[in-house]
Amino acid sequence: MKGNIELRAAPHVHSGRSVPVIMRNVVGALLPICFFSVWQYGLSSAALILTVTATCLLTERFFSSTSGKGNTLSDWSAAITGILLALTLPPNFPLWMGAVSGLVAISIGKTIFGGMGFNPFNPALVGRAFVQAAFPSTIASFVPAYAPQRFVEFVPSTLTVPFMQAADNAQWIGHAAVDAFTGATPLARWKFENFTYSASDFMTGVVTASAGETSALLILACGAYLAIRRFMDWRIPVAVLGSAVLLAWAFHLMLPARYPEPIFVLLSGGLMLGAIFMATDMATSPVTPVGVWIYGALIGIVSVVIRYFGGLTEGVMYAILIANAATPLIDQFTQPRVFGARKS
Amino acid sequence: MGIVDLFMKPTFARGLHPSAHKETAARSIRRMPFAATLVLPLSQHIGKPAIPRVVAGQEVVRGQPIADADGPMSVPLHAPADGVIESIGLHPSARGPWTESIVLRVYEASQQKVGWFAPVDTDTLTPAELIDAIQATGMVGLGGATFPSHQKLSVPAEHAIHTLVVNGCECEPYLTCDHRMMLEYPQDLIEGTRIAMRAVGATRGMIGIEDNKLDAVAALRSHLPADGSITVHAIETKYPQGAEKMLIKSLLGLEVPAGGLPMHLGIVVNNVGTLALLGRLLRKGEGLTERVVTVTGPGISKPGDYWIPIGTTLRTVLTWAGAAEVTEREVILGGPMMGQTVASLDVPVTKGISGILVFDHRMRHADDQKSWPCIHCGACVNACPMGLNPTQLGMLAAKREFDVMAHKYHLGDCFECGCCTYACPSHIPLVQQFRAAKSFLREKAHP
Repeated sequence: MKGNIELRAAPHVHSGRSVPVIMRNVVGALLPICFFSVWQYGLSSAALILTVTATCLLTERFFSSTSGKGNTLSDWSAAITGILLALTLPPNFPLWMGAVSGLVAISIGKTIFGGMGFNPFNPALVGRAFVQAAFPSTIASFVPAYAPQRFVEFVPSTLTVPFMQAADNAQWIGHAAVDAFTGATPLARWKFENFTYSASDFMTGVVTASAGETSALLILACGAYLAIRRFMDWRIPVAVLGSAVLLAWAFHLMLPARYPEPIFVLLSGGLMLGAIFMATDMATSPVTPVGVWIYGALIGIVSVVIRYFGGLTEGVMYAILIANAATPLIDQFTQPRVFGARKS
Repeated sequence: MGIVDLFMKPTFARGLHPSAHKETAARSIRRMPFAATLVLPLSQHIGKPAIPRVVAGQEVVRGQPIADADGPMSVPLHAPADGVIESIGLHPSARGPWTESIVLRVYEASQQKVGWFAPVDTDTLTPAELIDAIQATGMVGLGGATFPSHQKLSVPAEHAIHTLVVNGCECEPYLTCDHRMMLEYPQDLIEGTRIAMRAVGATRGMIGIEDNKLDAVAALRSHLPADGSITVHAIETKYPQGAEKMLIKSLLGLEVPAGGLPMHLGIVVNNVGTLALLGRLLRKGEGLTERVVTVTGPGISKPGDYWIPIGTTLRTVLTWAGAAEVTEREVILGGPMMGQTVASLDVPVTKGISGILVFDHRMRHADDQKSWPCIHCGACVNACPMGLNPTQLGMLAAKREFDVMAHKYHLGDCFECGCCTYACPSHIPLVQQFRAAKSFLREKAHP
């Protein structure tokens, strides 16, 4: 019996779960959604996802080395921010604007607060909010999915020269010749034309939108994987989607002519992607069991309220940012009941 | 019984399911031979150290009392083998500092036969006499708490005890000594349970066993007394099911009030190993001279449960159990979740040691040493059996706000089960920080 004995404090075993393992699984769960987006929108979508993700990784690398933290890319959190951010943007979004959003997401959304775990807001949504304010018309213009030439040529706006206005896509769309295309997202058409799509329209992808809007089922499946492997808190998406559907249903019952059916609210816009991949961001959501339900319900309700009564067509992004801001407060007021404490 | 109870085994909230590693459960208990010398610390229990009643050079026989209890909060010590007292002095102990110990040189001819005993008739003794008889055996909580058993069974008169809960959970990974005791000594355990029930005045005995030990449940059920006063319950296998408060919640659905003790609910909890040995020793009037210890871990070539004489040094135990030669290792006393590592192999096996685990560092993953900032995943909150908020406590500990931890976030209710650290994907040493915070506050309160 020779050799050194090491002293350690209990516990001497560990679950084996680490931050990179969680983050890698989230990245893995996002990949099918990326592939679906590329299948729908071709080269432009692939270029956007790669550009935004690369910008996020480079920004993270730059700030982590300047702050003397070593390489924080290995925790994989910057990759999630990049992919998520790309999926919320229109697939034909100019690449340089995508790079700006990635830069803002990581620098102002994350590293300025001290990096992973310290950011109060979801970094991807900070980046998205910035370009929404900076380029309001570009972020609202979409090209149709399944254009025949999508794997051969880029959408003109994708390759816009930096610091220039987005190129006009009218001609490209013209020879794409896709039926039923109007150039507006389902939420915009509902808001301004009072036109609602059926659930099957969303499934078959005839609608025009960012990737998160046309692949609700796929997002749900990827989310289910994360929830089953316990890499995601299933209670948050359930609370978000449940409260949104309940509120939409109440409005629909009162004024069926004015407000769409709950299924439209559920499948349109970024609600599914937001509920499953963004609201569940661990750093910016509550940790207490009661808190996560309140947080999720807040997102669902604010989303529907913005959609129905706000000036914007889509409210999920701001709903999540508002709930992020409320997270410390929610945590504070929903401390778990201690075992053996008097029930009051 | 509600509809939910039909489908779910009664249990406590949250907790963990660590890998069990109970490979040694399939093997019968074996006996380790006497070492050449035994080191017997005078303080192997919570309370006052025992007072030696032997001198150097004196011959003793196996079972002979060699130190007396110093008042009610103390227990005597018995010679584990025939031999001669070599010296009385300071020796390394599991707790860290060197402590006063009796060193016994064992005769080569020493036998298993116990040469010193005083049989008692447990059926005719009054509870008070029973308590004294239990103290004379030197029995302490063998699960690791080492609280003197006679003290645990002498409950102040204002708390009328109705139920004796017998803890057969053995929820720590690797450990199987309680499991083997239940399988091999079921009659002794039932006998010990009856004695303890009589001593404490309980009318009901409930044995709680995790459902990964159904063979033990069956073994005990076939030995239950006909009057139905003792029942055996299979409960969910979940860490820390063997914590007193968790077990009471699982068996009786009651929550021990925060800061309170089981006796405030009319309950006393004892470990199966303690009661089985009590049932084995008391009738014969023998003292506690040996115990069953699980010796296992990736660094052990002959793992198993062993009867080990008290006072055998870890070095001797590990040599017999075949510890492989490695450069870096941890030697853990107790289970891997709450056990402590030792700095020296000259530490003897004492009454409270239930397991000796040897972990080889080559089995560790490179990532184990790294840590990341808290990502607020809530894994610790979902694991804490006490319903605390380790996320918040951890942030406060980092800022050294110990008073806020205690007053606002219930630090005092933490019993250091280690679930939070086990679950944390950022590898933050949460329970270690809480332990440090508690000792800081203790120092501050009693400088």
